[in-house]
Amino acid sequence: MLTKTLMATAAVFCFGATAASAQTIGFSQIGSESGWRAAETTVTQQEAERRGIDLRFSDAQQRQENQIAAIRSFIAQGVDGILVAPVVATGWDSVLEEAAEAEIPVVLLDRMVDSSPELYLTAVGSDLVHEGRVAGEWLVEAVAGEECRVVELQGTTGSSPAIDRKQGFEEGIASADNIEIVRSQTGDFTRTRGKEVMESFLQAENGGADICALYAHNDDMAVGAIQAIKEAGLKPGEDILVVSIDAVPDIFQALAAGEANATVELTPNMAGPAFDALEAYLADGTMPEKFIQTESKLYTQEDDPQAEYEARKDLGY
Amino acid sequence: MTGARVLRRVAPQLLTLGAVILLVSVYFPDFYQIVYANDRLVGIPIDVVKRGAPVALLAIGMTLVIATRGIDLSVGAVMAICGATAAWSIDQGFGLWAALGLAGAAGLVCGLWNGILVAFFGIQPIVATLILMVAGRGVAQLITGGTILTFDNEAFAFLGSGAVFGVPVPTLAWILTGILFGLLVRRTALGLLIESIGINLRASTLTGINSRVLLLAVYMGSGFCAALAGIIATADIRGADANNAGLWLELDAILAVVIGGNSLLGGRFSILASLLGAMIIQTINTGILLAGFPPEFNLVIKAVLVIIILVLQSPRLLPRLGFIRLRRERDEKPSGTPVEAGK
Repeated sequence: MLTKTLMATAAVFCFGATAASAQTIGFSQIGSESGWRAAETTVTQQEAERRGIDLRFSDAQQRQENQIAAIRSFIAQGVDGILVAPVVATGWDSVLEEAAEAEIPVVLLDRMVDSSPELYLTAVGSDLVHEGRVAGEWLVEAVAGEECRVVELQGTTGSSPAIDRKQGFEEGIASADNIEIVRSQTGDFTRTRGKEVMESFLQAENGGADICALYAHNDDMAVGAIQAIKEAGLKPGEDILVVSIDAVPDIFQALAAGEANATVELTPNMAGPAFDALEAYLADGTMPEKFIQTESKLYTQEDDPQAEYEARKDLGY
Repeated sequence: MTGARVLRRVAPQLLTLGAVILLVSVYFPDFYQIVYANDRLVGIPIDVVKRGAPVALLAIGMTLVIATRGIDLSVGAVMAICGATAAWSIDQGFGLWAALGLAGAAGLVCGLWNGILVAFFGIQPIVATLILMVAGRGVAQLITGGTILTFDNEAFAFLGSGAVFGVPVPTLAWILTGILFGLLVRRTALGLLIESIGINLRASTLTGINSRVLLLAVYMGSGFCAALAGIIATADIRGADANNAGLWLELDAILAVVIGGNSLLGGRFSILASLLGAMIIQTINTGILLAGFPPEFNLVIKAVLVIIILVLQSPRLLPRLGFIRLRRERDEKPSGTPVEAGK
C-alpha cells in the first residue's frame, strides 16, 4: 500500500512537472438516476473539453464501493485532482485519507459527506433553502402587494429537497402578509401526481378561482399541474401564476408558451466552479472556501425561454 | 347471475363506498356537486371515476388472474412499458393507431411472458411476475432513453384528458373494458372454467380443461388491461415517465380486488365488485387530498381506512358478531333447542 501511495505521489509530481497545463482530473459520478444527473455528466464533460482538461470519467451505478474503487484507481493513475458526487454521506474517511496522503485534492459535487472537512479541498453544491427563497421572493415581487392565495406542490414527503424548498419559500414570503399558503400537498416530484393533486386543489378552491399562484418543488410537478389548470378552463401563467424549481427543458417550453411564470435553476454545472477551484489551487495553492454555493438563477418569460430550451434539450435531461 | 344475486354479491362494496363517500363529504360538503363546464362534467365524483381509471383497469385483469389462484405483480411495470411504447411510436411519427396497436401488443407480449412462466414452467405466479415487475421499468427506460418522453399529439392526449358527452375518456375506458370482460366471462363458460382452475388446477385439467391455454389467456388479459392503463396514464400527462408511470399501482389493484371480496386463494370472482373496490380506494385518495391534512398523514389515513374496511368484511368477524347475539339468546333460554350459528 505504502509503495503504491509513494508511486502515486511520485507520479503526481512527475505529471505536475511535465504537463502543468494539460491537467488530468478524475470524476466519479453516482450514476444516471435522473435527467438532471445525466445533464450534470454532460456539462462536466463539456466544461472539461472547453478547458482542455483530460477527464477520466467513472460511472458508479449508485454503488459506493464502485466509487471508492474508482477513486483508488484515480489515485493510482496519479491524476491532478478528483471530483466526486458521493452517493451516500458516510464511509469516505479512509479513501479520502489515501487521496490526501497522495496529495491529490478532492472536490465534492452536489452532495456532502460526513468526513472531516480537512480531507477534501471544497464542496460545490446548491442551497435548497436558498432556491425556495428565490422562488418566494419572486412571487412577493410579482403580486406587488395584492392578496394572493398560494397552493404548494411538495416533493416526496420527508425528502430533503421537499423540506428545504418548503422552508425556503416560506422564508421568502415571510415578509409579505398578503401572501398565504392555503393548501400544501405532496406530488411526489412526478407529473402524474402533480396533475392529480392540482385537480383536487382546483376543486377545493372554488374551481381554481380562489387560487392566485402555484408553487411546485420541481418543474415536473408544475408541468403536470399546468395541464390540470388548462383542463379546468383557466389560463396557467395568467389566472394562476406558476413558479417552480429546477429549470429543466420542458419548463422553458411552458415559459415560452406563457403558461409558466418563473423557475429557479438547479444548475447542472457543478463542475465549472469545481474546475476553477482546482485550477487555482494547483497553480499557486489558493485554498477555496469549504463550500462553494452555485448560483440559483431565476428565469422568467423575459429571459428568452425558447433559446434556453434549445440550449438545454440535448444535455440529457 | 340474476340482478338480485349480483346486488347481494356487491352489497358490502356498495355499502362501503357509500360510507366512504359520506365520510369524505363530512370534510368536504360540496362533494356531490357536479357542474357542466368547458364541454365536460366537472366535480369531485367525476375526478374520482377519472383518476381511478388506471387502478380500475388493472383490477379487471387482476381479478381474473387472482381467480386462477395467481397474482400479477408486473402490471405497474407493464403500464410503464406500454406507455413508453405508445409515446415512442407517436414520437417516431407512426400515428395514433399504430401507437395504440403497438402499446396493446406490448401489453399482450408481457402477459404472454408471464403466462408462459406460470403455465408452462410452473413457476409460482408471485415469483414469475416479480421478474417483469423489477425488469419492466428497465425495459421502459430503454424505450424512452431514460428521459420523460414528451409528445405533441392532440388525438392521443384526448385519450387521457378528453371527454365524450361530458364523460372523461378514461372513465369510459374502464367502464367499457369492465363490461367487455364481464360479458366475455359470464356470457360464455370462460368464467366458470377460470374459477374451476383456481379452485383445483389438477382436477380441472383432468376433466379436460386446457388449463395452460386458459392461464396464458388470463395473464395476457391482465397485460392488455395494463396496456390500456398505461396508454391512459401516458396520454394524461402527455409524456411517458418510465420511472413513475404505474408505480405501486399493482398493489392498489390487488387491494381493489381484495376489497371487492375476491379470495386470493382463487375461485369465485366478481369483476363488478373489484371495480367498486377500485372506486373505494380512489374515493379515499381524493378525499385525503381534499381534506387538506399535511401530506405526512396521507398513507396513515389510507391504511387505517383500509384496515377498517377489510376487518368489517372479514369472514370470521361477521358470523362471530352473529354468534355473540345468538349465544346471548341461548343464555336467556337455556332449555331451548340449540340455534345453529349462521354462516
